[in-house]
Amino acid sequence: MPSEAQSVRAISFGVGFATGLYGISFGALSVAAGLDFWQTMALSLLMFSGGSQFAFVGVIATGAGVVPAVLSAWLLGVRNGFYAIRLAPVMSLSGILKPVGAQLTIDESNAVSLSQEPDLPKQRQGFWLTGIFVFLFWNLATAAGALLGSAIGNPADWGLDAAAGAAFLGLIWPRLKESKLLLLAVVSAFSAVLLSAFLPAGIPVLLTAGVAVIFWIIELLGKSK
Amino acid sequence: MTLWVGVLLASALVYSWKLLGHLIPERFVRNPSIRSLAALLTVAMLAGLVGIQTFVSAEGVTLDARAAALVVAAVLFYLRVPFIFVVIAAAAVASLLRMWL
Repeated sequence: MPSEAQSVRAISFGVGFATGLYGISFGALSVAAGLDFWQTMALSLLMFSGGSQFAFVGVIATGAGVVPAVLSAWLLGVRNGFYAIRLAPVMSLSGILKPVGAQLTIDESNAVSLSQEPDLPKQRQGFWLTGIFVFLFWNLATAAGALLGSAIGNPADWGLDAAAGAAFLGLIWPRLKESKLLLLAVVSAFSAVLLSAFLPAGIPVLLTAGVAVIFWIIELLGKSK
Repeated sequence: MTLWVGVLLASALVYSWKLLGHLIPERFVRNPSIRSLAALLTVAMLAGLVGIQTFVSAEGVTLDARAAALVVAAVLFYLRVPFIFVVIAAAAVASLLRMWL
């Protein structure tokens, strides 16, 4: 069905564009935190994981030093490992595609792939297209943000920070028709916000994994009956 | 540790998670209950990110223009408005509210 295949392309492009909007604020914030243009670009090209990158420059900006910045970025990156575990059997990557696909394993590519379940070709198409679009837009936007940093002023004035929340909501939206997943999403969002009042940035998102594990155990117990 | 060493080391560490997940033996991840856990983890963490991106700032938990933008986004997604327009609308709502308030 060409119209549905197109919609995977449209979603992937839309996600890439939205992430790009967000990337402008990353570039601007990174330069404001004291990184130079190429250090900022190295993070977007090599680290390529928004959460970890924002954590890294955020910690540098507070003056806490390089070691805590490295540790925060590393901890936040663990969720990409969970995404990779989900994606590995879907993608069945081999040879050079495995290390390339690994680099593109991020929130957005995994979420678009997940939204195309159970259609295997569309899950794969969604992963690759989204990964590539996000990589392109994210890096172009980072460069623009780093160069224009002072000119665009505060990225929040343009609502660029609000774009990210809307984009992530859109990615899980198709899953929320299932009442169990809707409940999981509400409980996870609520706990993450609540825990943010007490814990350093990055940790609350990781703890939502615990919420998922609790739901999983309930699901397993329900099946064994 | 210099800033450059930190940038490169942190990038390598983040990449190692991504690669590790792809290298775990297939027979382990083919297990349906493990796949179900991985899907639950994705929804939970993305929902957590929605919450944090919307209600948390450097000052802590806050209710600001981003919350209004998220409500507008939810209504537009419900009305099946295409993704890209929803994201632009969310940014516009937050931007206009900040201009007026």
